[in-house]
Amino acid sequence: MDHHQPGHAAPVLNDAVPVRHPGRWISAIIIVGVLALMVQSVITNHNFRWDVVGTYILDVKVVQGVGWTLLLTVASMVIAIVLAILLAVMRQSDNPVLRYTSWVWVWFFRGTPVYTQLVFWGLIAVLYPKISAGVPFGPELFSVDTSTVITALVAAILGLGLNESAYLAEIFRAGLKSVDKGQTEAAEALGMGKGKIMWRIILPQAMRIIVPPTGNETIGMLKTTSLVLAVPFTLDLTFATNALANRIYLPVPLLIVAAIWYLVITSLLMVGQHYIEAYYGKGVDTNLAPAVINPAAAKAAAAVAPSAEAEPSLKMDFPEDEAK
Amino acid sequence: MTITTQKPLVRIEGLHKYFGPHHVLRGIDLTVNQGEVSVVIGPSGSGKSTMLRCVNLLETISAGRISVGDQLIGYREVNGRLHDLRVKEIAAQRREIGMVFQRFNLFPHKTALYNVMEAPVQVKGKNKAAAKKAALELLDRVGLADRANHYPAQLSGGQQQRVAIARALAMEPELMLFDEPTSALDPELVGDVLNVMKDLAKSGMTMIVVTHEIGFAREVGDRLTFMDGGVVVESGDPREIIANPQHARTKEFLSRVL
Repeated sequence: MDHHQPGHAAPVLNDAVPVRHPGRWISAIIIVGVLALMVQSVITNHNFRWDVVGTYILDVKVVQGVGWTLLLTVASMVIAIVLAILLAVMRQSDNPVLRYTSWVWVWFFRGTPVYTQLVFWGLIAVLYPKISAGVPFGPELFSVDTSTVITALVAAILGLGLNESAYLAEIFRAGLKSVDKGQTEAAEALGMGKGKIMWRIILPQAMRIIVPPTGNETIGMLKTTSLVLAVPFTLDLTFATNALANRIYLPVPLLIVAAIWYLVITSLLMVGQHYIEAYYGKGVDTNLAPAVINPAAAKAAAAVAPSAEAEPSLKMDFPEDEAK
Repeated sequence: MTITTQKPLVRIEGLHKYFGPHHVLRGIDLTVNQGEVSVVIGPSGSGKSTMLRCVNLLETISAGRISVGDQLIGYREVNGRLHDLRVKEIAAQRREIGMVFQRFNLFPHKTALYNVMEAPVQVKGKNKAAAKKAALELLDRVGLADRANHYPAQLSGGQQQRVAIARALAMEPELMLFDEPTSALDPELVGDVLNVMKDLAKSGMTMIVVTHEIGFAREVGDRLTFMDGGVVVESGDPREIIANPQHARTKEFLSRVL
């Protein structure tokens, strides 16, 4: 039955000649050639003004712009993610009021341009000069000037975050729907409450589906922040580089400066996304132990190194605690 | 054959279930005594799984009553009028009832150990060290102590189902429901799961088992119920029914599965 009895000689592995792929080599040569020509033209073309790019790439205003752009991106995405979880859960609720509210929110914030929304957030102090709290139709408890609470930064973050929440809500809804109904049933059968089922069972599994498009949205948001001049908020990367370009009458090198920075941040975000995906893929996307794929191979491995198999099962750590 | 008492634990009375216009359960009566293994068989679509799912309210009850112990499942009766229980009250009732599913439904993002620990820690508020100790004992009981740190995807179907049994037992239920626990398994893996279920039966657990395993019914069952078309056709001693079915439909079904 078992051909891999310990003690038998190891089989001679097949040494087959692999299929050759000349097309790959030809296409690689063509692409590398074209790429080399393009790089050479970009480097040698004086109109790009690489010297100016070098001067401004680490300019204080530019680096500060990078900081503000990052702040806008992170803050608005945090607001959007929190709202999106809430909206997606509301959408699945048994309570029709919550379901309908969630639907209307998505309809409105997805259905109007983000630029328009940003202008309105910028104008909020004009529309409502004072924010006050009190009994409806009754006495006022306290009141503040809107412009001191909703600064340009707050308006920009709220505008971007609320708009984004509508898109993310749909991504989260799709993620929640992708989790097998049997998971909810199993958790219900154990007597778990609704909140725990969502938070501990459904959402962690849905995250596998939710993370890639959310990474996409985050990178999209990075560049959407350039619209905050509609508020107007005037410190972000695009506004800063535009202002510098207008001052020295050289738009091209400063566009390149901005593009380089956007690429750098995007690359960093992609690295972060990779780790988040790996975290939520545990148990599903991780490589399976040989014990499952090939029991015979595992047996053979155990025969060679009996201690290697026994050790992990003795070490009962709490992987979830470490992750927290 | 297990130690049973004459004290009824589960009482199903006049149970009806509609899915829209479909009348899938048409008046089911079934009593399961404490410590009894009650096996339910029948062709697919006969309503046997639906009946089982009504017992822990994974399906709502259209008509009739189910009680487990002294608790009326899903309702509170006030002056002869039924009131729906709140979600939290339903969850509390479910804690006393373990369930094992055809498709295992283990939590894929948690290891075997954490699957078993999840409910005692999160629902009962047991401390982690105690829950871990109990979970490891349960995994040992189902023969999987060495698989505690494996994720479900790293386990065979039979191993997953045994983890699922350990997970249900971790809540120390007074009743276990099995919904075709071996139907999704390769034939050579069925035996391990059935052995765990036999040991459980011997330990005095009250069990309702929906299955196609006639051998299990004959060997372990205290009562066999044959369902067809949403009604109980025949119910009684498993060995008598299997050897000498009284109804034509039972005869026909048994001749096809034996």
